[in-house]
Amino acid sequence: MCDTCGCNITHGNESLIKPGGKLEKTESGREAVTVLHSLLHENDHTAQHNREHFDQHNVLAINLMSSPGAGKTALLEATIQQMGEGLRIAVIEGDLETENDAERIRKHGVKAIQIATGSACHLDAHMIHDALHNLDLSEYDIVFIENVGNLVCPASFDLGQHVNVALLSVPEGDDKPAKYPVMFRTADLVMISKCDLLPILDDFDPERAKKYLRDIASDAPVIALSSKNLAGMNNWIEWVTQQIEQRIAYLEENPLQTGHHHHHTHHDDNAVL
Amino acid sequence: MHELAICQSLMEQVESIADERDASRVTSITIGMGPLAGVEVQLLKNAYPIASAGTVAEDADLVIEQLPIKVRCNQCGAESDALPNKLTCQQCGDWRTTLISGDEMMLMSLELEKKNESASDVVH
Ligand SMILES: Nc1nc2c(ncn2[C@@H]2O[C@H](COP(=O)(O)OP(=O)(O)OP(=O)(O)O)[C@@H](O)[C@H]2O)c(=O)[nH]1
Ligand SMILES: [Mg+2]
Ligand SMILES: [Zn+2]
Repeated sequence: MCDTCGCNITHGNESLIKPGGKLEKTESGREAVTVLHSLLHENDHTAQHNREHFDQHNVLAINLMSSPGAGKTALLEATIQQMGEGLRIAVIEGDLETENDAERIRKHGVKAIQIATGSACHLDAHMIHDALHNLDLSEYDIVFIENVGNLVCPASFDLGQHVNVALLSVPEGDDKPAKYPVMFRTADLVMISKCDLLPILDDFDPERAKKYLRDIASDAPVIALSSKNLAGMNNWIEWVTQQIEQRIAYLEENPLQTGHHHHHTHHDDNAVL
Repeated sequence: MHELAICQSLMEQVESIADERDASRVTSITIGMGPLAGVEVQLLKNAYPIASAGTVAEDADLVIEQLPIKVRCNQCGAESDALPNKLTCQQCGDWRTTLISGDEMMLMSLELEKKNESASDVVH
């Protein structure tokens, strides 16, 4: 079975979907074909391909997801100001319209590529692949991908990132993990953003947010942060630094097999990344 | 509305399988969907006629098997049914569980009508 596309059969679902189960049936003159592939098979393969590009250059890719306006771009601006010296950062910005967020990033002297998704409410792996053509990965240590502000659609699309961060801003309320379990289950870190507002919006209880997160069986660490007064910034920087170190250690132990990344057909094999 | 994008990706897969197998028509498509896949089944059904129009699967039945959410407890090993926002162990109550079913979005099977043996218009 395919390792990369999320279509593995598990002990829990095999009786329902394995060949010979109730789904295999043939009628006269027709052929039944068992497939068992993720509906996003193609996306998931491109995502894996992107991940290999990042890995070839020891670049950590972090996907930021949240509802609109939860503070993703503000977090990136604060992060650039805090880490920009020691760390080579690039940003890929996903938005329905406008270059606004990319321009905010560029003002800090950091490379930013804007993807205008038009009507698409999420980034997908092909869009990231195209963006990588405009990015010389050998020049960076970390690529932040700011996904489209949306707590639903981005959760289903692997982009080739190594880790996901979900932001939950204080004005949104602490029950978002219970309302959007699919999104919050994907998070490797949950950030309670705009935490400078906690004294004003005092019905937001960070402990309750954490409890909702545990209820969906997530062991993701929770960090409260303010991009305004920089509270919690140290925890964030520590976590990011740790992720970079862990990725490099992983790649040292599991070196990339050269050539492996072009085993499948794709439309621009000649692209130099 | 990412269901249209997912449906288009489904149709691409269906078309390439139909092509490989020399099918003239796809009569039925069965997909398995867990509640934690993040796909609204009704939106997917609405998107289907749009995505399938003009394809080899234009008139195919879309069968959606809803798969249950099941978790295995990392502490006591029990398997239990669970809800999308309550994935804790029914046996011991611990939250540290592993999802073993419920996040699938999978093309499970297709039913095809084969091209006539004598058909000569096969293009590869
Ligand atoms: N009080 C406070 N306001 C913040 C903080 N971070 C962001 N904001 C404000 O929230 C608004 C939205 O912030 P952005 O950084 O643009 O949010 P975003 O998630 O990038 O928004 P989209 O890309 O449109 O989804 C802006 O007015 C910010 O000034 C914070 O830590 N505290
Ligand atoms: Mg933004
Ligand atoms: Zn248990």
